[in-house]
Amino acid sequence: MTPPLVLELLPALIDLPFRDGYVSSIVWVSLSVSLLAVTLSTLVSIPTAILLGFREFPGRRLLKTLINTGMGFPSVVVGLLVLFVVSNQGPLGSFELIFTRQAMVMSQFVLATPPITAISLAAITGVRQEIRDAARALGGTRLDVALVVLKEARYGIATAILAGFGRAISEVGSVLIVGGNITSASGISRTRTLTTAIQLEARQGQYETALMLGAVLLVLVLTVNAIVVRYGDGGIQR
Amino acid sequence: MGAGASAGLAGCSQSESTETGSGTTQELPGVAGETLTLTTTTSTYDTGLLDEIHTDFQELYGVTVDAIAQGTGAALETARAGDSDIVMVHARGLEDEFMRNGYGVNRRDLMFNDFVILGPAADPAGIDGLGSATEALATIADAESTFVSRGDNSGTHTKELDLWAAAGTDPAGEWYQETGTGMGEALNIATQQGAYTLSDRGTYISRRAELDIAIRVQGPIEGGPAILANPYGIMAVNPGVHENANYDLAIAYIGWITSPGAQEAISSYQVDDEQLFFPEAVSADPGFQQYVPEGWSSDSDDG
Repeated sequence: MTPPLVLELLPALIDLPFRDGYVSSIVWVSLSVSLLAVTLSTLVSIPTAILLGFREFPGRRLLKTLINTGMGFPSVVVGLLVLFVVSNQGPLGSFELIFTRQAMVMSQFVLATPPITAISLAAITGVRQEIRDAARALGGTRLDVALVVLKEARYGIATAILAGFGRAISEVGSVLIVGGNITSASGISRTRTLTTAIQLEARQGQYETALMLGAVLLVLVLTVNAIVVRYGDGGIQR
Repeated sequence: MGAGASAGLAGCSQSESTETGSGTTQELPGVAGETLTLTTTTSTYDTGLLDEIHTDFQELYGVTVDAIAQGTGAALETARAGDSDIVMVHARGLEDEFMRNGYGVNRRDLMFNDFVILGPAADPAGIDGLGSATEALATIADAESTFVSRGDNSGTHTKELDLWAAAGTDPAGEWYQETGTGMGEALNIATQQGAYTLSDRGTYISRRAELDIAIRVQGPIEGGPAILANPYGIMAVNPGVHENANYDLAIAYIGWITSPGAQEAISSYQVDDEQLFFPEAVSADPGFQQYVPEGWSSDSDDG
C-alpha cells in the first residue's frame, strides 16, 4: 500500500516541518483505515436500519436502544475491548492482528456502525407514510417499497455515512491502543493516523505542529464531505 | 510479531528493502522479512533516538522494528500479554518484578541518563543549589509550591514516587497535581503554572527552548545526587511463557544494541548539541546484577 500521487504532493502544498513522506503516509493510513471501516459499517448498518424500519419483531426496541447507546460509547473503551479480542491472549490472538491496520479497522467499525445505523433509521422512518402507501398501491412488492423509501431517504443516509466517517477518522483513543501509533524508522506510517500523530505531538508539548496536523485532518474531512454532498446528493434540490 | 503481522504490512517493508538496495535475497539471514515488536517508553521514542539507530539494525537483518512508545508501565503490560517481543524501559523495580514473574529473560543494562528537578526562575520553595533531591522535594512539600506529577505509571512517575517515599513525604494537597500526561506535555503544564516537576534530562533538553522552567537540582551526570540516575534496561519476552514471542530476533536485537557499534551510535546521538543517552552495556566489569533482579543471589529463595 503506497499513497496515491496526490498525497505525495500534499507536503509540497503545505510546508510542514516533518520528514519526507511522513504526512502523506499518515494521511493515507487515516483515509484507508477509515474508508474501509465505514464501508464495512455501511454494509451492516443499512440492512439493519431497513430491518428495524420495516419490521416489528421481539427485541426491536432493545436493539434500537443498544444502537443509540453505541453512539455514545467512548472510543478508548472500544479500543480496550478490541485489544482483548485481538491480543495474544484473546480469542483472535493467533491471527496476530494486534498493532496492525486490520485491528484499527475493527475498532473503527465498532465505532462507526451505531451512528450510521441510527441516523439511517431516522431517515428511513422519516419518509412520509403516503409515499410508502403510494408505492404499495401501485402494486409494488415489499422490495419495491423498500427501494422507494431508500431512495427518498438517501440524503439522510448519506448524512449517516458521513457521520460514521467523521467518528471513525477523528477518533484517537482506540486506534492508539490497538494500532500502536507505529512508523518505520524512516518516518513512514505503518499504523499512525492523523489523530494519533496529533496526540504524539501534543504529548511532546509541540502544540503548533499538532495544530498543523489538525488542519490537515480538517481539510481531509471537508474534502470527503464535499465529494459525498456533490455526488451523493446531486439530484436533490433543498 | 510473527509472519502474519508482517505479511499484512508487506507493502511498507518492501518499499524499505528496495531503498536499502539489498536485492540479493539469498544472502539475507533467515529472519529477513520478520517484524520485531518493541514496546518502550516515551523518552526513548520521543527524543528520536530509536528512529535514528534502528535503520542500522533493520538493514543488518532485513527486518522491521515496530517501536511502540507507551510509557514503562504500559510497555511492560503489553509484553506481559505477549503482544510484544522485547521491552526497553527505565524502572528497575518494575523490570525486576517482570523478570521474577517469568515474563522477561536475558536482561541487559543498556544506557543511562538522569533526572533533573525543574522549577521556575523565581524558585518559590527555595530549592536552588540543594545537593539532595529528597531534601528538595521535602522543601517543596513544606512550602506547598505547585508540583506537576506525570501520574501515569511511567518510569519517570515511578521514580518520582520513589523520591517522595525516600523524602518521607506523602505528597497530597492542592499544590500536588497529577496530570496523567506525557513528559513534554507535563513540562508545558509546569511552565504555564510556574510549577516544579521531575523530568528526564533528555526530554528537558529537547524541549527547553520553549520552557520557562529550568534545572533547580541537577542529576548525577552534572554532579547531582546518584538517586536521580535514570538507567534503561532491555529484556526479551520469555518464549517459555509466550510461545509466539519472536525470541530469536529479540535476542539478535539485544546483541546488536549492546554491541560496541550501536552503543557508539547511542552516545553520538545529539539533540540541541547535547548528548541525551550514555551507553553502559560495553564494560570490562562483568556486572552480573544486570542479568537478574536486583539483590538476587543463588543463596536467596528467589526464583
